Amino acid sequence: MRHTISVLLQNKPGVLSRVTGLFSGRGFNIESLSVAQTLDPEVSCLTLVTSGDDMIIEQITKQLHKLIDAIKVTDMSEHDYVEREMALIRVKAEAHTRAEVLRVIDIFRGKVIDVGPKSYVVEVTGKDSKIQAVIDILRPIGIQEIVRCGTIAMTRAKKS
Amino acid sequence: MKLTGAQAFIKCLEEHGVEVIFGYPGGAIIDIYDELMKCDTVKHVLTRHEQAAVHAADAYGRVKGEVGVALVTSGPGATNAVTGIASAYLDSIPMVVFTGQVPTMLIGNDAFQEVDIVGITRPVTKHNYLVKDAKDLVPTIREAFHLARTGRPGPVLIDLPKDVLATLIKYPEPKPVKMRTYKPTYEPHPGQIEKACLELLKAKRPVIYAGGGVINSNAFEDLTELAKKLNIPVTMTLMGLGGFPGTDSLSLGMLGMHGTYFANMAVANCDYLLAVGSRFDDRVTGRVDAFAPKAKIVHIDIDPASISKNVRVDIPIVADCKHALIAMNTWFDRNKDFDANARVEINRPWHEQIKDWKNKHPLGYVEETDIIKPQFVVQKLHELTGGNAIITTEVGQNQMWAAQFYHFNHPRHFMTSGGLGVMGYGFPAAIGAQMAAPDKVVIDIAGDGSIQMNIQELATARQEKLPVKVAILNNGYLGMVRQWQELFYDKKYSQTVMEVVPDFVKVAEAYGAVGLRATKPSEVEPVIMEALRTDNTVFMDFVVAREEGVYPMVPAGKATTEMLLV
Ligand SMILES: Cc1ncc(C[n+]2csc(CCOP(=O)(O)OP(=O)(O)O)c2C)c(N)n1
Ligand SMILES: [Mg+2]
Repeated sequence: MRHTISVLLQNKPGVLSRVTGLFSGRGFNIESLSVAQTLDPEVSCLTLVTSGDDMIIEQITKQLHKLIDAIKVTDMSEHDYVEREMALIRVKAEAHTRAEVLRVIDIFRGKVIDVGPKSYVVEVTGKDSKIQAVIDILRPIGIQEIVRCGTIAMTRAKKS
Repeated sequence: MKLTGAQAFIKCLEEHGVEVIFGYPGGAIIDIYDELMKCDTVKHVLTRHEQAAVHAADAYGRVKGEVGVALVTSGPGATNAVTGIASAYLDSIPMVVFTGQVPTMLIGNDAFQEVDIVGITRPVTKHNYLVKDAKDLVPTIREAFHLARTGRPGPVLIDLPKDVLATLIKYPEPKPVKMRTYKPTYEPHPGQIEKACLELLKAKRPVIYAGGGVINSNAFEDLTELAKKLNIPVTMTLMGLGGFPGTDSLSLGMLGMHGTYFANMAVANCDYLLAVGSRFDDRVTGRVDAFAPKAKIVHIDIDPASISKNVRVDIPIVADCKHALIAMNTWFDRNKDFDANARVEINRPWHEQIKDWKNKHPLGYVEETDIIKPQFVVQKLHELTGGNAIITTEVGQNQMWAAQFYHFNHPRHFMTSGGLGVMGYGFPAAIGAQMAAPDKVVIDIAGDGSIQMNIQELATARQEKLPVKVAILNNGYLGMVRQWQELFYDKKYSQTVMEVVPDFVKVAEAYGAVGLRATKPSEVEPVIMEALRTDNTVFMDFVVAREEGVYPMVPAGKATTEMLLV
């Protein structure tokens, strides 16, 4: 099963390689990864998406927790949470396809962020399934390049 | 008053009560060696290879129950140390290793003798550090000692750039280490203890399976108390030997691949398995689904990641083994309904069954009159040292015979490379052990292949005038690999025949040590006696039955009940 795991880490050199080394060394897989500083500049937040059966996920969270630089490990899948991914897509936009591209982007609430003579760069955010859907629809029109970032996630506010 | 980094380093070792360190100098670490020369509190033992320095520090720490310390230079010094660090990591041995590093301004430039040792050792250390700023030096060393010895112990490495050692700093006042992200759990959850105890009262066929955690947490007495109070048979892992008296009637000896028939049968048939400080290693479990299939499994371990890693457990207890065992003992002492005599009655059929297994297939070998059996040598060593020697081993058949036939009655008397299984461990480990326990008899039970991996340490032993004894079970083979080839590769002895073996007697003599040889069973005892009388380093070359095998044996991947017997 797919799990989104969020890890608060001491913001120190080499910490990221401790995390990725743990995954490669133990044969766990990382589907996506994203890291950046939090409000506290000494702490960074790493979000990763991985998959495995319960025993593997339990090992992953325990091993992450065991890292001396890890402050907190949260398996988001045990909580109510929101998650987002972003993609930049360079898509062909010539006279006869421009309108079609704009319409698709509009439906998915994306944005055109760069306009070239024969192409647009569009920005889309959403869950991984939505990004995939945009890509599938734009592909026949002509995608030239895609850059996607890793998933980021946050727990929802507690009701009541 | 300000100190240089190197001076602060020495002062910090003193602050931690470090008396002996093992190492090898070089350009990047020369500042510390310069200070060591003026220092009379910290004794430095010069090994002849950095791997040996780390193994020696490993065994020194194990014998003393303290943190072992090794010191090596940058680049090749550091890479040579890696094997030793990996061995300590897999065996959860408390240790701090210091490596020299090129000056900070050169780091990353592929400078002379620069390697990224922090990167290289990341997967084989509990934690590691590169000290970039001299003011971090002392706090980092304090943190490293704290990490090495607390929680699940392990090696911690600190990389020391040369300029950091020359920088002047103010020595920070000693204060307890506080780490925001690291708080190992020592005390067991009372609810889990109660569950484990209640379940144990229901058990008709209980077994304790004790590992290295029992030794690390000094839980020998508490384990013994629990086993005796409830009349529970105890089996030990390779790392756990000495965690419970090996000659006690409740001892089942070692379990696993080369465990006793009765230990493996007991685990396979028990209805309650108390795993204490052990980690369900594949050499212990064999095929996991056939490991203790009928048992409620209770697992005490300080490392939560060890619990339910390979085998699902029913009652996890995250705690220091000693604390958890004390809690269990107290629970039974306070429980008015608990009746020790009734336990004996309830468990009687189980003990009868175990006795049957013991009688059917005791640990043994086929004795011969004209050729020395390696097991016989180990038995004689046990007998002639009263079972009180500190034994280290190399790796291979020698290691397994030592584990099987030297019945350890005390903790911290058996040093072996269990997890990594590295040939070349035993001799430097014996040197470290002898440094830690000068009045003890220390014997490395060795193979003719393994001893050659660190044979240069004869010089270290001689230089320190250590009366270390090495018993080489000389079969002219890489015996353990040969045994696998015999059993599973049609006896094709590819590259396991030692066509050239040095004359170990002469090698010893070349270093000024004593060499002795036995070629007949009748010579074994006199050779051992003479070695024990000698106040010098001794190599005993026992020319043994060449194709003797280690039995019982559970072929890799098989259930532990599928043993090949003698
Ligand atoms: C450094 C290292 N290299 C290779 C091995 C694989 N290996 C395991 S046992 C063994 C044979 C050891 O031979 P010897 O020391 O003569 O011991 P014996 O089994 O004959 O008692 C080998 C090569 C190892 N454990 N360690
Ligand atoms: Mg051999």
